[in-house]
Amino acid sequence: MRFRIDKLGVVIAALLAYGAFLAPFANFRANRIVPGEPRAILDALPAGLGTALLIFIAIALVFVVLKTPTLLRLLLGLAALSVLAILIGLSASHLTPPENTYARVSPASGFWLTSFAFALLTADALARLRLSPFARVTLLAAAAAAVAALLMSGAWDGLSILKEYGSRAETFWLEAGRHVLLALGSLVAATLVGLPLGILCHRVETLRAGVLNVLNIIQTIPSIALFGLLIAPLGWIALNVPGAAAIGIRGIGVAPAFVALFLYSLLPVVANTVVGLAGVPRDANDAARGIGMTDRQRLFGVELPLAFPVILTGIRIVLVQNIGLATIAALIGGGGFGVFVFQGIGQTAMDLVLLGAVPTVALAFAAATVLDAATELSNSKPSRAA
Amino acid sequence: MIEIDNITKRYGDNTVVDNVSMTIAPRTVTVIVGTSGSGKTTLMRMINRLVEPTSGAIRIDGEDNRGIPGYELRRRIGYAIQGHGLFPHRTVAENIATVPGLLGWEKSRIEAKVKELLSLFQLDPAAFGPRYPHELSGGQQQRVGVARALAAEPNILLMDEPFGALDPVIRAKAQEDLLAIQKHFGTTIVLVTHDMEEAFHLADKIAVMDKGRIVQYAAPEDMLVNPATDFVETLIGVGERPFRLLSIGTVGEAAEAGTAEGEPLAAATSQRDALSSLLWSGREALPVVGADGVPLGRVTLASLARRAARPR
Repeated sequence: MRFRIDKLGVVIAALLAYGAFLAPFANFRANRIVPGEPRAILDALPAGLGTALLIFIAIALVFVVLKTPTLLRLLLGLAALSVLAILIGLSASHLTPPENTYARVSPASGFWLTSFAFALLTADALARLRLSPFARVTLLAAAAAAVAALLMSGAWDGLSILKEYGSRAETFWLEAGRHVLLALGSLVAATLVGLPLGILCHRVETLRAGVLNVLNIIQTIPSIALFGLLIAPLGWIALNVPGAAAIGIRGIGVAPAFVALFLYSLLPVVANTVVGLAGVPRDANDAARGIGMTDRQRLFGVELPLAFPVILTGIRIVLVQNIGLATIAALIGGGGFGVFVFQGIGQTAMDLVLLGAVPTVALAFAAATVLDAATELSNSKPSRAA
Repeated sequence: MIEIDNITKRYGDNTVVDNVSMTIAPRTVTVIVGTSGSGKTTLMRMINRLVEPTSGAIRIDGEDNRGIPGYELRRRIGYAIQGHGLFPHRTVAENIATVPGLLGWEKSRIEAKVKELLSLFQLDPAAFGPRYPHELSGGQQQRVGVARALAAEPNILLMDEPFGALDPVIRAKAQEDLLAIQKHFGTTIVLVTHDMEEAFHLADKIAVMDKGRIVQYAAPEDMLVNPATDFVETLIGVGERPFRLLSIGTVGEAAEAGTAEGEPLAAATSQRDALSSLLWSGREALPVVGADGVPLGRVTLASLARRAARPR
């Protein structure tokens, strides 16, 4: 029997070896702002468990280096991620002295590296399995449910990030709502404006270059600068346009953040609409006119359905981009997860930064997965109905 | 009847169609031939107003074609193009149902029409109706394209190089089918092509276009005997003349009483193809059968040679 080496497996194994045997697993701090003391796996976990985890990782290490069945690799990746998720919670309760509410335990580089390595293994296995869009979304939902169950069960309550959450539970959900509202709201507005604008650009050639250039230039303005640039005009509108202030338009706050995100969203929506419409087969368009469709019937019956996958790709870009960019809205009082990030930076409390950053990343990842699946579904050539 | 009256189309300084007049008789096949850039496609597209003329008028059955909105006019005129132009996101049945749908036909009537047309084009409605265009072969796509053009029972069918994308064997079959369908519905067909062979095979009348003008508009036989200009003569090809003459008629017309040995020829085969079969098989005569396989007699080398001689 010959053993063959998996190339990506070697990288994963190297990450695992360093993460598990050399890097610290958890950080212990006497209170939330003093520097932490790193703890290796054997110290961070109750005696038997630490040894068991090291043995488990050693076996996994050999398993991933060799060419092994993809399904087994996927199962190993998922199992290992779950084990790590539970153990980091246990580590927190193990390291925190009883009755001590000031001490903080957070995951350290070793935990992140091993998790990343197993996530890489999982992602690689998933890519090789070529799962259907439905299966991918189902898997995402299952993962979300597992994380939710862990959160509800209290297994992670000892972790510093959840202690930060515990003292801000109400604001957390308020800012989460604002974040989603900013990202989704600006996307909806950009689609409502961008789609017709894209269609117009497609039909009127002279308009195309001009509009796309302007949108390109907007895209290159750094986000913080754009927020700043909007303060003056929006402030003026709030003062001088009757009723503007009443509906929440102000120089700072949600309004400029919303407008900035909207402006950034326009380019991908308009550009993809133009590209999608340009990709509609000439024959189909000519035939549509030739058999007596009006311009309107041709647009809704032929052009838009055929351009839809490309337009959806644009919307995916916008949504993921907006979820990330909305973080910066906190700088000008727009709210969102960025509030925790900037508070955390101000207080040098990294756990608080994570409380803002982790949900943002998770949200962006989920949005990307769902919209990728939708794009693939709309793109796949329909086959025989029967 | 289509009357084209002093029609001109200019794009800027470029005159694409230059003061063309012609009358197309009902229930005939008229083929417009010419090199690329001769204006033949533009001329055809002015009939259903995909292109609006700079000056002149076109009357269909005596009525000016500008009397109704362009899209309504186009719903009454069939339109089939090279590469079929089927809608990739709609099934075969939905594609064929497009124009009846635009005209607001009842659902049951549309379904019946789709079935009728698919059967007519030798495509099983149950098997092909729910398929998507990309699941069909090139020949099948082309047939669906023509079926869609005929769905609203138009009196006139415009075709722009409809067989250009097909390989020679399938093209010959498609041409036979078109002639059969033209007889079946009595449709007036205006077909644009650059293929002289196709023109002679299909046309009741051929219009040769060059630089935006009609150089000659005549029945194929007349054009062979009396080409109007050197250009027409070159287009026909002097060496091809007897064979062009043979492509006009079918074996059925040349059949005589009697029997012969060998692989039988279908009556719809062109005389040119029959000559080719005779020469290749080395026989003096071959049997001729009708569409249903009934023997109709035989065709001889001598009779074809007589028919290929210059008419007088």
